[in-house]
Amino acid sequence: MHHLIIGAGPAGVRSAEMLRRLDPACEITLIDGEGEAPYSRMAIPYLLEGKIDEKGTWIHRPLEFYSEHRIALVRGRAEALDAAAKKVRLQDGTELAYDRLLVCTGARPIKPPVPGLEGERVRHCWTLEDARAIMEHAQPGSDVVLMGAGFIGCIILESLIRRGVKLTVVEVEDRMVPRMLDEVAGTMLKQWTERAGARVLTSTAVEEVEDTGSKLRVKLSSGETLPADLLVVATGVTSNIEFMDGTGVEKRAGIIVNARMETSLPDVWAAGDCAEGCDFSTGDLNTLAIQPVAVEQAITAAKNMAGGNAEYHCALPMNILDTAGLITTSFGRHEGVGGERAVLHNADEWRYIRLEFDEDTLVGAQTAGHVNMVGCIRGLIQSRIPLRGWKERLLKHPERVAEAYVDLAREA
Amino acid sequence: MEMALVIDPGKCTACRQCELACSYRHTGEFNPSRSRIVVFDFHTKGRFVPYTCTQCDQAWCQQVCPVGAITNENGVKVVHEDICVGCKVCTIACPFGTVNYDPASGKVIKCDLCGGDPACAAACPTEAIVYTDISVQGFEKMRKWAERVDTAPQAGGDLPPAAH
Repeated sequence: MHHLIIGAGPAGVRSAEMLRRLDPACEITLIDGEGEAPYSRMAIPYLLEGKIDEKGTWIHRPLEFYSEHRIALVRGRAEALDAAAKKVRLQDGTELAYDRLLVCTGARPIKPPVPGLEGERVRHCWTLEDARAIMEHAQPGSDVVLMGAGFIGCIILESLIRRGVKLTVVEVEDRMVPRMLDEVAGTMLKQWTERAGARVLTSTAVEEVEDTGSKLRVKLSSGETLPADLLVVATGVTSNIEFMDGTGVEKRAGIIVNARMETSLPDVWAAGDCAEGCDFSTGDLNTLAIQPVAVEQAITAAKNMAGGNAEYHCALPMNILDTAGLITTSFGRHEGVGGERAVLHNADEWRYIRLEFDEDTLVGAQTAGHVNMVGCIRGLIQSRIPLRGWKERLLKHPERVAEAYVDLAREA
Repeated sequence: MEMALVIDPGKCTACRQCELACSYRHTGEFNPSRSRIVVFDFHTKGRFVPYTCTQCDQAWCQQVCPVGAITNENGVKVVHEDICVGCKVCTIACPFGTVNYDPASGKVIKCDLCGGDPACAAACPTEAIVYTDISVQGFEKMRKWAERVDTAPQAGGDLPPAAH
C-alpha cells in the first residue's frame, strides 16, 4: 500500500506519522514543495525575534526522524492529478503513482490588487524564505510598514518591534484582528500595540507603492505617504488547490471533505488549509486554516487511509494571539448567535472576557489578558454541555469559566 | 502496569500542599500560579477538586504542537522546554485546560508526573492524590469524565502506543 501525501506542513507530517503507527508495512511518500526541512509556519515569528534558529521551526529534528519512520521525502510541487490512473504529476515532470492520496497543500498569501506590490522589499511573511528576507531588511532603525493587522500581522508585530524597526501597521478595517475580536478587544489591542512602540492606522488602505530607489513610498488612503525599507503584506490566504482543476473534485474555497476527510474523488483525502469541511460552530462548510484543525483533520484522514473508521466533528474556529505581550483568544461563535452575553471589561488591567450563549450552552468566547486554563472554553463549547446553574453565575462572573467546566464535566 | 495520578476529591481538604509542592519541584519557588495542579473550591457544595492533566490518549497538545516540543514518554505527555517556542496553540487545543502558558518562562507547562515521582501525591496529607497502578483504582472513571468533552468519536478502534 503506497500512501502519497502532498504537502510537508504540520498536516502532512502528522498524517505520515499516524499512518506509520497504524501500518508498519505501508510505503509513505511526503512531497515537500519548498525545498526545506518540514517546518511549521507558526514558528516563524519566533525565528524573526531570534528566540530560535531555523531548526527550531522544524516539526521534527533531527531529520533522520523521517528515514527512521520510513517516510520518503520528495521535493516537488504537484502540477496535475489523474485520479482515474491514480497518479500525481509534479512540475518537473515526475509522475508518482499512489494507492491512497492525501492532499495537504495548504494555503498561500493573497496579494491584494494594489499597484507596486512587487520587488525584493515587498514580502509576505509565510515561508522560511520570506523570513530570511524580512530578517535581512528589518534592521534596527529601518522603516517597516505592515499591511494587514490580521492573525499573521499581529503575531509578527512583536518580533518586528523587537528587531528595533520603526513600525507602522496599516489595517483597512476599523480595528485589529476584525475576524477574531470585537470592537472593544480590537481597540484594546490597538492601544496596547501603540504603547509597545508601533504606529497603528486602522480604517486605512494602502493605495499604491512606489519604489524610489532608496526607499519604498507607501501611499495611504488618508493621503499620507510612508517611507519604507520593507513592506510586509499580510492580508489573508487562499487554498492551494489549482492542481486539482480538471479532476472534477467538489470544491469551493477549498477541497470539500466529509467527516472522514474524504474528497469526492475515490481514494483521495484532504486535510488542513486546503480542505473545506464541516465547521462545528455553524454546521456549514468552512476552511478554518488553523493549526489545531489542520492536524486533527490530518490524523482523522490517516486513520481512514489505514483502513480505520474515524470521523472528525470538532472543527471549531479558535485562535490565540500574543501581540507584543497582550494575549487574545477567540473560540467558536465569538460574535454571538443572538443569545445572552456575559462581559467582563477591565480596561485598567487590560482584561476582557466575552462569553456568548445559545440557550443553556456556551457557543463562543473572546478574551484579552485572560489565559489561565483557557482550553476549558473549547471543552465547554465542544461538549455542548448544558450549563444549568452555571449560566447565571457566568453571566455575572465570566472569569469563572474554567471552574464551570471542571464542575460540569465532573458531574456529567 | 500503568501508573497514574488518581484523585479522590472526597478526601481533599483544600490545603493546597499539592500546588506548592508542584510549583517548588518544577520552578524552585512556592508559587501556586506556576503549579501544574490546581485545587478548585466549589464552596457552595463544600467540595474541593484537585485538577490536572490525565495524560489522555488523544493527546491534543502533543499532536497540535507545531515544533514537536511535546512528546509521549511511556504515556506521559511531556513538554520539552528547550524546544517549546511559547506559541500557546496547545493551550487552546487541549479541551481540558490543563496545558497553560507560563509568562515567567515564556513556555507552556503541564503535568509531567515529575518523571515518575509526583511531588503533589507525596505532599498530599489525606491521600486525595495518590500515584498508583491505574488497573486497581478508579482511574478510568476519572479519565472518562475528563474526556466527556471529546465529541470526536474515537476512531479506528484502539490505537497501538505512540511511536515515540
